[in-house]
Amino acid sequence: MNSADLQHLAEEEQQRQQQLNLRLFLCYSTPCLSAGADLVKVALDELIAGLDEKQRPDLDIVATGCMGPCSRGPLLRVVERNGSEKIFEKVTPESVREIIGSFLADRAPSVEPLPADFAFFSRQTLIALENNGWVDPEQIVHSIARGAYNSLAHVLHEMTSEQVCSEITRSGLRGRGGGGYPAGVKWELVRKAQAERKFVVANGDEGDPGAYMDRTIMESDPHRVLEGMAIAGYAVGAEQGYIYVRGEYPLAAARLAKAIKDAERHGLLGSRVLDSSFNFRVDLRVGAGAFVCGEETALMTSIMGRRGQPVPRPPYPAQSGLWGLPTLINNVETFASVAPIMRHGAEWFAGFGTEKSKGTKVFALCGEVVNSGLIEVQMGTSLRDIVFEIGGGLPDGGTFKAAQTGGPSGGCIPAQHLDTPVDYESLQALGSIMGSGGLIVMNETSCMPDVAKFFMDFCMDESCGKCVPCRVGTVEMYELLQRITNGSAMDEDLQTLEELCHVVQETSLCGLGMTAPNPVLNTLQYFRDEYLAHIRDNQCPAGVCRLDQIPLLKLPEHAEQLAIFKEEP
Amino acid sequence: MSVITLTINGELVSARSGQNLLEAIRDQGIKLPTLCYLDGLSTRGGCRLCLVDISGYPRLQTACTTTATEGMVVVTHNEKINRYRKMILELTFAERNHTCAVCVSNEHCELQTMAAELGMDHVRYDYLNPQLGIDISHEKYGVDHNRCILCLRCVRVCDEVEGAHTLDVRHRGINSRVITDLNRLWGESESCTECGKCVEVCPTGALFDKGMSVGEMKKKTNFLRRILDGREKNQWNR
Repeated sequence: MNSADLQHLAEEEQQRQQQLNLRLFLCYSTPCLSAGADLVKVALDELIAGLDEKQRPDLDIVATGCMGPCSRGPLLRVVERNGSEKIFEKVTPESVREIIGSFLADRAPSVEPLPADFAFFSRQTLIALENNGWVDPEQIVHSIARGAYNSLAHVLHEMTSEQVCSEITRSGLRGRGGGGYPAGVKWELVRKAQAERKFVVANGDEGDPGAYMDRTIMESDPHRVLEGMAIAGYAVGAEQGYIYVRGEYPLAAARLAKAIKDAERHGLLGSRVLDSSFNFRVDLRVGAGAFVCGEETALMTSIMGRRGQPVPRPPYPAQSGLWGLPTLINNVETFASVAPIMRHGAEWFAGFGTEKSKGTKVFALCGEVVNSGLIEVQMGTSLRDIVFEIGGGLPDGGTFKAAQTGGPSGGCIPAQHLDTPVDYESLQALGSIMGSGGLIVMNETSCMPDVAKFFMDFCMDESCGKCVPCRVGTVEMYELLQRITNGSAMDEDLQTLEELCHVVQETSLCGLGMTAPNPVLNTLQYFRDEYLAHIRDNQCPAGVCRLDQIPLLKLPEHAEQLAIFKEEP
Repeated sequence: MSVITLTINGELVSARSGQNLLEAIRDQGIKLPTLCYLDGLSTRGGCRLCLVDISGYPRLQTACTTTATEGMVVVTHNEKINRYRKMILELTFAERNHTCAVCVSNEHCELQTMAAELGMDHVRYDYLNPQLGIDISHEKYGVDHNRCILCLRCVRVCDEVEGAHTLDVRHRGINSRVITDLNRLWGESESCTECGKCVEVCPTGALFDKGMSVGEMKKKTNFLRRILDGREKNQWNR
């Protein structure tokens, strides 16, 4: 396939779609599927099959990727020929019959659609997620009709690798996996590295509790990721790419596998991509359930078939990565932002966001919030806007206590910092991190030491066991937090905990250990009084902890009444 | 071989180019503690005791995994590093059951010596006291997991020098265990060549010769260099 064929295929599909009277987009991603989207699909199919011959060809049912407001799923978007669009929430097999029936009979449906000015949608800026909810991820023509692989064709035929790298540098794109390292610098490093072979790796091993941005991107628009990887391959001079998907995402892996096969069949990946001299193969690697494999060096050892454990950096992957060769490793979301940058130009992308953090960021908004789901906002949007405008505030009149960002490597942002713009530097200044994009909203019923204990439990369980501070330190920190939350802690334990946090932070081998103490240090910074209430007053202000133990070295107040202390007569 | 110059603890010293920083520091007669590093084996950077401060690096670096380069400015001991080393060693002691008085390696143990050298007089953390097994199914050797510090010298020597790869690790984090073959008893292992290198390189009493009593197990690690040098020079080829 060459660029003209690609263009032709896109136009053909666009025309077909325009001629349809009714297009039904049913969200078919994991959250909506678990809410019963598959049953709705069955009902829809039955309904269409029951229609008479005349009406049937004018209809199109598209099982799409994620539309965003996951707590309101299953979602159905109905687009009429005149372009008017309605989204229905919490669709059931019964309500879908009524909805479709009303459209076919040209009357108003008795089921109310979501309002057109629904803040959840209107406050977002979609770049990485722009095709989500509009394409069937298993149909490559759907993606092509929305411009997929156009940027790749442009890059391959019109640009040199230097130009691509400098375009990425000028766009100000930063790593979306959490570190925020400038993507352009990394690409440039790998491009300049001298080696016989180079590799491109997409990190889709997202493991933070409550985060599902990468999963959604891979499930909803796999071709976007593949296109980004191919552009990166051209820019750095790699002919082999790997996309590493965690084992818990079978749907994402299956859709990616199909996408890779389809793209190869259409000549968009593989040998002589789009009739150019550029070859690029992508292979899928599925993880085996270790959180630490999201760390880039551990991920690469896992790709090489070894035990998924990190190795010390430097050398960085850009110098010595897979099999000792220069390797470009970026997050899935970073790759998803590449094609739009190439299409619209670096200046367009740099026009979004703040001075140091350009573009948009996808967040998985969850916890105590009315509209939980997947959102994409401009960098620098305030936390208040995200939680109260897009998220619709807290349910049941709850008060905002904190927002947890960055998963087990991040921290909690308290209510007094609600107006902080969400970008890499501001969050870091607050002692949290941007992270991969998990955002958990908590109300006054969340106990901060208990939250810290939850994340420490996670890190303890996921520590790979290679270095001592992380392997043993996380267990000891967990034990100390356990004491604080069960009432058996003393003042000295808090001091031991803080010292231990610093030693683990500064001496661990990889990012997992270095950041494992963050939730503790951060909650100690903002909610120290809660810790002290547990230790000194034996009280849990949020009413979560049972506090039914006493310090080992302290006798209970009613000691003299206990049998073991009574003298034998 | 070209020579490079670097600064260690404020003194200008020379080292071979490409030399491992830990070796370069030791060549100056400075005692740098380490438990997982062993000359002749691949580097691991797991015990975190050889952490040094190198100018220009945002974090402390393990000397064993760093290559000495021209102009490097290194500090091997200061108040913070010494404190961290002691705390890391305490964590190592807290992890399993290191009861010297009843250990075969008492007084010949690298871990014990290290604690004395670093002035560790107590452990501020809770002892985790796991109940771990002992495997004495092998005819000649035994393994006591309660003494293991997961330095993985045994795993590396078995794979890299002997070439058997009998030993490896299962599980992760605090549950990591050194295993024989696919977690079979050592005595039933088909790949083990009974060479005993793992026992000799073990820094504690975790691996021992059977029949040894308390304090009798002495290990010698210098055989490793002799074997590797001999191999390189083809000393055993006729």
